[in-house]
Amino acid sequence: MNSNVAPIATGELEDGGAGMSRSSEPENTTLKDEARSRQKMISIRGLKKSFGDAVVYDGFDLDLPQGQFISVFGPNGCGKSTLINMISGLMPMDAGEVLYDGQTINETKISYVFQNYREALFPWLRSIDNIHYPLKVMGVPKKKRDERVEQLLADFEVKIDLNAYPYTLSGGQQQTVSILRALVTDPEVLFLDEPFSALDFEMTLFMREQIQKIYLKTKTTTLLVSHDLEEAVQLAEKVLLLTRRPTQVAEIVDVDLDWPRTTQITTDTRFVDLKRHCLDVFWREVKAT
Amino acid sequence: MSAAIPQILKQPRLRRALELTLGPALLILVWWIAFAGELVNKDLLPSPFATIADTAVAIANGEMIHDFIQTLIRVGYSIAIATVLGVPMGIALGAKDSVYRSLEFVIDFFRSTPATAMFPLFLLLFGLGDVAKIAIAAFAAWLVIVFNVAYGVMNARQTRILAAKSMGASNMRIFRDVIFFETLPQTFVGLRNAVSIALVVIIVAEMFIGAVDGMGHRIIDAQISYQLTDMYGSILAAGGMGYGLNLALLIVEKTIVHWSGK
Ligand SMILES: Nc1ncnc2c1ncn2[C@@H]1O[C@H](COP(=O)(O)OP(=O)(O)OP(=O)(O)O)[C@@H](O)[C@H]1O
Ligand SMILES: [Mg+2]
Repeated sequence: MNSNVAPIATGELEDGGAGMSRSSEPENTTLKDEARSRQKMISIRGLKKSFGDAVVYDGFDLDLPQGQFISVFGPNGCGKSTLINMISGLMPMDAGEVLYDGQTINETKISYVFQNYREALFPWLRSIDNIHYPLKVMGVPKKKRDERVEQLLADFEVKIDLNAYPYTLSGGQQQTVSILRALVTDPEVLFLDEPFSALDFEMTLFMREQIQKIYLKTKTTTLLVSHDLEEAVQLAEKVLLLTRRPTQVAEIVDVDLDWPRTTQITTDTRFVDLKRHCLDVFWREVKAT
Repeated sequence: MSAAIPQILKQPRLRRALELTLGPALLILVWWIAFAGELVNKDLLPSPFATIADTAVAIANGEMIHDFIQTLIRVGYSIAIATVLGVPMGIALGAKDSVYRSLEFVIDFFRSTPATAMFPLFLLLFGLGDVAKIAIAAFAAWLVIVFNVAYGVMNARQTRILAAKSMGASNMRIFRDVIFFETLPQTFVGLRNAVSIALVVIIVAEMFIGAVDGMGHRIIDAQISYQLTDMYGSILAAGGMGYGLNLALLIVEKTIVHWSGK
């Protein structure tokens, strides 16, 4: 297990390459450096953000591999949402730089799924038109849009009446529409901020399965903020654990478990150990003063 | 036989129809009792049936319809002007918090000023004709619309705007595709308020500012010439206009803003 006991600064990570360059790709290059140079990275440098007197980030550095599923977990109000809002370009940062494989946010195709699907979908458009909308914004002609949407729906075997207005659908169906809307542009990075927290338990389990299917199929870089450690570990290749404010990286935990990960895996000893380790780090950070 | 009546009442449609007619029937009954029992001076209150009969005649010979339509046209013009000028202005004001806040006092002040207090001013500006009446009703309605639309824009769901932004939508696009729709429910609230206010202003203007037709003119004319049934009938017809306009707008609103409250 790749448990780094001490909190690691990202700078060290880069030098030591602890876990960061261990990609899930099969080829096993002995030349670590070469492997790393080919691994696309999201790099965050010198990030600063304050709300009034409250300093949330003050010189935050982080490198994350692209093409992986990364969960973000941390104490309440530590700035998980703020982090993904800034690196997805939804919220301006006070200072700092974010690059996706050397490209700026504006040069990168990102998609964002909000926690509150009710307030994120457009209720004046039918579900299908909600899914079309991002392509419309991009100026894709109608015929191409139809093809793309049809393809998407076929890929994920969507069984929802998409001619219905979103507010007539169940919570899970609405969030599914949101996720489809995010996927339709074929994004390079997909952000999800506690996407299932407004759903009931059964629907949450179902949606976790769905999001895993989507990830395994598209291998889109996915950043999921979760307040549920089990979910964070089950779905991710890496769990990013954050400290309290001013927020730093507490640890990046590798999750080396086989795919697909059903609910059964949550009782697997390796899973339980990983989760316990994350929890230890979490408590240490919560209690630290 | 007696068991048949509760049976009929169980049919929901019939029941609803009965409930709806009950109120007006009661009103006519109370009116009739007051009239027949001479509870009110006979010189002030005609019989409800005579009123209905005379009103029916006035409608049939087209006199009342002419006045009704004239008032409706004036209200229509005022609302059209108020909407065309008010919606864009409300959107523009609401888009910039700082702009709205700096004008808030002025808007609130004039919104709170009785429109009728400005009759003399508008008469000076526009003369005695229809233009003055429509202008003042449009002005009062315009303030209400601007206020409501601006309010709606400022309270637009931030998440939807962010969602559109994250898709790379331009500001123009966000306005047209998101904020406009977000504002619609509040716009309709403003529109309904504006119609009530415009109707009040037009009726009063027709009464006192050199009108030759319209419901306001008809009511005051009937009062001066002491045609009680005509006066009461015209008041009821004016009430019917207000109610009908409100209902029509509600139906349009339900159709267009189908997502409201969902
Ligand atoms: N727009 C804002 N204005 C003022 N303070 C803010 C704003 N957004 C966030 N904050 C503050 O910044 C801190 C981080 O907020 P953020 O929402 O990112 O936390 P979080 O980790 O996502 O919390 P949660 O677990 O509740 O989702 C919190 O203390 C919050 O109060
Ligand atoms: Mg949050």
